[in-house]
Amino acid sequence: MPHAVSTSPERESSAGPEDDFLPDAPAVDTKEKDEDSNTEEPADTQPKPEARTAAADGSTKLEDLFDDDEDDEFSSSAQSKPQDSSQPKPQEASKAQYSEPDTLRQFYSRLFPFRPLFQWLNHSPTPQPDFQNREFAFVLPGGAYIRYQSFASADLFRKQCIQMTPERFEIGPQYSINPRDRKTLRKASSFRPVMKELVFDIDMTDYDPIRTCCSGAKMCHKCWQFIIMAIKVVDAALRDDFGFQHILWVYSGRRGAHAWISDKRAREMDDAKRKSIAGYLELLRGSDNGKKGLGIRRPLHPHIDRSLKILNPYFQNEVLADQDPWESAEQAEKLIQLLPDKTLTAALQKKWDSAPDRTSNQKWADIDAVAEGGNLSTLSAKQLVEVKQDIRLEYTYPRLDAEVSKKLNHLLKSPFVVHPGTGRVCVPIDVRRLEEFDPFAVPTVTQLLQEIDDWDQKTGALSEEERNKVQDWQKTGLKPYVEYFRGYVASLLKEEGKGKRGRDEDGGVEGMEF
Amino acid sequence: MMRTDTRFDAKRKKVDYKKTQFATATFKEQDYPYRLSFYDVPPTQEISLEEFETWAIDRLRILAEIEACSFRNKSPQETAAHLEPLLKKYLPLSSNSAAAGGIIDQRLRNERRKDHYSHFILRLAFSGTEDLRRRFSRVETMLFKLRFQADDSRERRAFVESLNLHWELVQEEEKRELGEQLLSATPGLRRLEDENWFKVEWTRVPELVEHRTVFVRKGKAYVPMREQTSMVLTEFANRLEKGLELTARALPRLDEDDRLTPILNHLSKNFATPDAGYSESDSALAGAPISAANIDNLSQHFPLCMKHLHSTLRKNNHLKHYGRLQYTLFLKGIGLTLEDCLLFWRQSFKLITDDQFNKEYRYNVRHAYGDVGGDVNRRGRGYAPYSCQKILTEHPPGSGEAHGCPYRHFSVDNLTSMLQATGVHDREVLRGVKEDVEKKRFHIACNRVFDWAHKAEIKKVKDEGTWGPAELETIVHPNTYFKRSYLLRNLGNLPKQDVKMEE
Repeated sequence: MPHAVSTSPERESSAGPEDDFLPDAPAVDTKEKDEDSNTEEPADTQPKPEARTAAADGSTKLEDLFDDDEDDEFSSSAQSKPQDSSQPKPQEASKAQYSEPDTLRQFYSRLFPFRPLFQWLNHSPTPQPDFQNREFAFVLPGGAYIRYQSFASADLFRKQCIQMTPERFEIGPQYSINPRDRKTLRKASSFRPVMKELVFDIDMTDYDPIRTCCSGAKMCHKCWQFIIMAIKVVDAALRDDFGFQHILWVYSGRRGAHAWISDKRAREMDDAKRKSIAGYLELLRGSDNGKKGLGIRRPLHPHIDRSLKILNPYFQNEVLADQDPWESAEQAEKLIQLLPDKTLTAALQKKWDSAPDRTSNQKWADIDAVAEGGNLSTLSAKQLVEVKQDIRLEYTYPRLDAEVSKKLNHLLKSPFVVHPGTGRVCVPIDVRRLEEFDPFAVPTVTQLLQEIDDWDQKTGALSEEERNKVQDWQKTGLKPYVEYFRGYVASLLKEEGKGKRGRDEDGGVEGMEF
Repeated sequence: MMRTDTRFDAKRKKVDYKKTQFATATFKEQDYPYRLSFYDVPPTQEISLEEFETWAIDRLRILAEIEACSFRNKSPQETAAHLEPLLKKYLPLSSNSAAAGGIIDQRLRNERRKDHYSHFILRLAFSGTEDLRRRFSRVETMLFKLRFQADDSRERRAFVESLNLHWELVQEEEKRELGEQLLSATPGLRRLEDENWFKVEWTRVPELVEHRTVFVRKGKAYVPMREQTSMVLTEFANRLEKGLELTARALPRLDEDDRLTPILNHLSKNFATPDAGYSESDSALAGAPISAANIDNLSQHFPLCMKHLHSTLRKNNHLKHYGRLQYTLFLKGIGLTLEDCLLFWRQSFKLITDDQFNKEYRYNVRHAYGDVGGDVNRRGRGYAPYSCQKILTEHPPGSGEAHGCPYRHFSVDNLTSMLQATGVHDREVLRGVKEDVEKKRFHIACNRVFDWAHKAEIKKVKDEGTWGPAELETIVHPNTYFKRSYLLRNLGNLPKQDVKMEE
């Protein structure tokens, strides 16, 4: 079993000082590494034929675990000869290719930002239970799911990823003790989750009932707008209403987004409070057989009111115009069903029967036009306004997977892993430039590896020193995302450091400069 | 700080207090200014062992009744009405205005003393495990709520003030600034002047936040004064939970001499959960043909919730996660073996490949049966099949989901159509169901349908006297429905001893 291999040897080697104080500044690292690493290179970074066979072999050798002791996180590929580092696979990537162990190994050893991820989860530069007692679940190529993995440091985490090349991994809570030790306890109930970020999950499949451009796993720029709408509404609520500040939005790799809230108050919330926030944000609760209509209380709660204001322009443009959800006669049925006034619906039906090509935009305007013509029997004008608001919300309000948020012990896919279906990296989304985010421009793992090689080829003119200064991720399209993440983590750590000052002798800010 | 060791040394020789560590402590007679209490201070006087046990048992009776009422989905008014005579008999608690001249006399003081002591004795008995603590805290909060709401408003206000909860009152200026939002967030309020608000951390009123009945800003909730009850209750529950944890930690170090421990153990064991009372033997049917192939036929005996799941499964060749879970546990409860269950799901999911089934569904069925999974507590048994209570209150179905309770989660029209589709044509019954659902008595509706569908058989067993009243009690668990339906329809087929069921 892979994790059986990595228990005690891992712990012993974690005592080494290099693990804790590995500086991030590229210049210092690569210099150190160059001096003693000539023999180590083949083990993990060089795509030389010998190394490839050893790696492709798949079996874990204990020696390989210890070889990387003095590695820095992002080994530069400066030593590689251009011919050898050509992309082994063709550019037209197939689905299975994104989970190829070789590709993933390269990804984990050169591109994945383990150090910032570690600090993000650890809330401090030096390892503490926040990270060390944290559960990770690995999904291996082939589908095996391994839970309760934990690591004493970022380096050990990285080592195991390189060794096991998980297709993706998920992050769980910090437990009361190291998850690997959970069976040693006398009382089974002493093993329990104690802390985890508050998380939210927005998945496009929940929008299938209202999107017309795609369905199921497919997604396009038009329906991506739903995700943007959802992010805006949820982000506003979390910041303005609950006062959370450290919110990380992450692209899920194909058709959705996750939010990770690292505020201390959020992390310490128990299941009941998480359920509370999930309930606060939830609006569309209908089941197929339940009552029709949203039944939203009037006057509108300030959160709903604010959301409506945020979403109104999107309804006009993205829903009515782009999605055109009521174009056909059959689709228009749905709209008719949402209007609880028989006279009105009869009049509208008549109008649309005679002019079948009216767009959704026009049909929407028709409602008011027909109503004003005196066709309201059971609804008052005010109530019609409210019904229309309900319909707007139905078509734009965020649809969250509440179960993800409610439990402390829920496992959620980590940022920066590769989505096995699309090959894209699950990168953070800069909320300040939300509308500019293009999910189809997010780099795939194969693209990134190619970009490293391209850079190496193009910069042959630079000196060795200068080339060694540049880390692999900086040569690729991943750069802006990693930088954003590092900035985010820095501000989080600064805040955490303020809280810890006085308790920690070192002041908690040692060693990490950004 | 709370001391958890109470010295009940009535039968022992008087210990010379000067020689003990707490020599200077004097036990003051407790003063009970209000009938309500947050139980912050533990009792310190002596009582007899007999009082110790009797008072605790009386309180336990009340708490068990409260739990049963909640389990049977009784409304708060019904519960209060049901509890009134019992409270008068076992745990009376009169208000100050009930006594002559509003002065607290000896009778009142004795009532409050019993209430106070019995609460703390039960804390000792129920702090041992997390399950007991949770249940105790829940049911004590319900009792407190009952009493709080029944209290005289003036006394209640005085009591709340005495608690010194330090809730920040929203000042005029802020009130004006946030006026519109405060108004919209407070259901039923017309004018700003009519109400005042507290500003507290939102975590203190999670329920109000969840239902969006308060305005929230920058992590603070603006709670209208009328919601005070909710806040007081949350505060009560929080303090009690903390107290129980402290008690739990102190338990091993109790200075005990074997007189109290047997009483305490006896108390905690008697607190039988209506839910836990459902064990596997309750639903087992010896000799009945429970197999994967027979499920379609057996579904005639299913309650509506499971019928709906089954027919959705047959229609779509698929069920979503919660539907699968609810149904699998039910099948386990009727006696379907793990093997057969896997076969059943494999055959029902006919549109997917073996590989897909093994990868995505097989493990979860095994997990539900307890065949796999790291939880040592459930090894070999898996989760218990969901009771009606659980199905009604947890996780309502969303779009595309078929789990839950149709009486609750379907609109009346859809419910009626479904009942008709399953053969219920009697107009009386349908009308009765409609009424039950309006009154939110969902399990009564289900029982009504059951009684009608098995009218002839029920009459038979009643006339012949072969079934006692215990065997025809209200059904509160889908597996009970199945078992009873099967037995009633197969009265002639099964040997005599199987007819005798335990509920």
